[in-house]
Amino acid sequence: MAYKHFEAIEKHVGLLGILIAIFVSIGGLAEITPLFMEAHAVKAPPGVKPYDPLRLIGRDVYVREGCYLCHSQMIRALRFETQRYGHFSTAEESVYDRPFQWGSKRTGPDLARVGGKYSDQWQRLHLMNPRQLVPQSNMPGYPWLATKKLDAADIEARMRTLRRLGDPYSDADIASVPAAVAGKTEMDALIAYLQGLGIRNEPTPATLPTATVGNGGAP
Amino acid sequence: MLNTEYYNDKVVRQFLLASAVWGIIGMTIGLYAAAELMWPGLNLDIPWLTFSRIRPDHTFGVIFAFGGSALMGTCYYVVQRTGHARLALDRLAGFTFWGWQLICVLAMVTMPLGITQSKEYAEPEWFIDILIAVVWVSFGVVFFASLTRRRIKHIYVANWYYGAFIIAVGLLHIVNNLALPASLWKSYPIYSGVVDAMVQWWYGHNAVAFFLTAGFLGMMYYFVPRQAQQPLWSYRFSIVNFWALISVYMWAGSHHLMYTALPDWVQSVGMAFSLILLMPSWGSAANGLLTFNGSWHRLKNDPAAKFMVMALVFYAAATFEGSMMAIKTVNSLSHYTDWTIAHVHSGSLGWVAMITIGSLYAMAPRALGRPAMHSQRGMELHFWLHMAGTLLYVGAMWTAGVTEGLMWRATQPDGALTYGFLDSLIAIKPMYLIRWIGGVLILSGMWVMAWNLWHTAADARARLIKPIAVPIPEPVPRQVPTPLPVAG
Repeated sequence: MAYKHFEAIEKHVGLLGILIAIFVSIGGLAEITPLFMEAHAVKAPPGVKPYDPLRLIGRDVYVREGCYLCHSQMIRALRFETQRYGHFSTAEESVYDRPFQWGSKRTGPDLARVGGKYSDQWQRLHLMNPRQLVPQSNMPGYPWLATKKLDAADIEARMRTLRRLGDPYSDADIASVPAAVAGKTEMDALIAYLQGLGIRNEPTPATLPTATVGNGGAP
Repeated sequence: MLNTEYYNDKVVRQFLLASAVWGIIGMTIGLYAAAELMWPGLNLDIPWLTFSRIRPDHTFGVIFAFGGSALMGTCYYVVQRTGHARLALDRLAGFTFWGWQLICVLAMVTMPLGITQSKEYAEPEWFIDILIAVVWVSFGVVFFASLTRRRIKHIYVANWYYGAFIIAVGLLHIVNNLALPASLWKSYPIYSGVVDAMVQWWYGHNAVAFFLTAGFLGMMYYFVPRQAQQPLWSYRFSIVNFWALISVYMWAGSHHLMYTALPDWVQSVGMAFSLILLMPSWGSAANGLLTFNGSWHRLKNDPAAKFMVMALVFYAAATFEGSMMAIKTVNSLSHYTDWTIAHVHSGSLGWVAMITIGSLYAMAPRALGRPAMHSQRGMELHFWLHMAGTLLYVGAMWTAGVTEGLMWRATQPDGALTYGFLDSLIAIKPMYLIRWIGGVLILSGMWVMAWNLWHTAADARARLIKPIAVPIPEPVPRQVPTPLPVAG
């Protein structure tokens, strides 16, 4: 292109703006459009349901507290990763994650398969004050979670919103909220969520420890 | 008399002040967060003081409040000076200032309270996102309307970058934040899982590209030739770099998701374009640095020029590092470690903060009606504090990141992992202390700048400064827009 072609762009603000919009759109369109089609075809693994009420609110507590800033939930397909954390993470494991919680930094270890690795009681003590159990840890304590009761109406509203976005919650699921969260704290919910990671989003429900169903937070 | 038109420097001064204040706030929060990583008891069991709650406050505070205010202020300054015309739509420009400050205050207050989307660099909840979209579109309207009022027919290169910054950031912000509210304080994104990850890092990466790179390159292209008192080294070179940069950057976002559940081909495309990206990045850095050819002696006595040159050196270094980190084998070591933190801060403290501070020192006296900044030695002191702090910070985090990466992958001859996760944390704790000391130096420098600006603004506070008249060029047929009536 001769310089005079550029000169035309640089003297007409409308042309400049339109060309900028086109140039910045190409890359995103080329990558995200096929990915959208490919990724929208990803379905939940057989037998995996959207988060039950207690784990859903536990997940939202995880989001609210910003746990993703120090803990990833994405085991990379590398030998030393799978050796430390278990099978590498797959796309279908996070189909119900809005937003995704893959993280970008590990100040603490990956949590994608932390479910069942520690007891509920360990998790509770650790969340109250991590240095009770791991003296060198630099994780902050989250003691306020233990005193905050859950609000059933709020959780129902959240489930209805997720249903409108396409998550398959039934009316019965939503009606089950008050019973599922009665007397439970945010701490119980967060522990239920953590204990389900790598277990409840897996296609093998046979391995699911049935004792924790609906009883996620109880020590 | 009727033809007299004045620059609108009021809104520029407002953004200048806001930028200095937010810079100190954002960096103070960063310093506290860094301290918490070393002394975790510092959250005092208070929710809103906890690391995981204030880390988004640090990033939002420095990127959008400090950087954003500096970008909008310099953008309004540059578009007027390069077009020889007053800013269009005074009241809308005023709205963009107050609107942006409202957004920053709302975001900075709600995020520590746990009202967050948890999407990195896009944490504020839906009601703030709507406000951001409104203010951003208004900013675009003021900018492009001002361009149409210009008296210099040729649009100067700095304005292309500001234009790309406005268009792309608006697009990224809207697409990434599409969400359905469940209540006033909580929303769920319309994307889930792997799609959400891709959209988020397309946003996250290009927020770096268009907010932290294109915007600040706009600043660089105006203030570097101005401070070097030389024309840009090569105008044609800037054309190639501009179009290459804005089109290639958008492809590279997937390098944030190497070896994850993202389809492999997207990872490879992201890596390839990240390597190509090195060329326009170094092209822009070289163009800026070579502009100083013939005036390198200015570095001896001009701290603003020092800031700009070091900013360009850090820009070249950080973009080289970024391209290397996008190579999959390097990424397998660096990802999830403090190396990423080192890279981000060599870009943000080295490139972004230094070009901003250099430009503020160049612009402030002119916008505040003074021949020069109040204290030359204050600027010198700030430069050395900032340099030393950045080197300590980045050096410490590089060491920490490589240590973590090597320890995580170390195996015994029998194939078992050598170290537990905790071993790597214990190994890097001294680096967290050095990083914190670097942060103290950088924040001290910001206080020196605030003191210096405060004294430089004495006339402005006393309302003694006169508006600067627009130098109206000789009329060229069918070129000059209709002059405004006398403006105050």
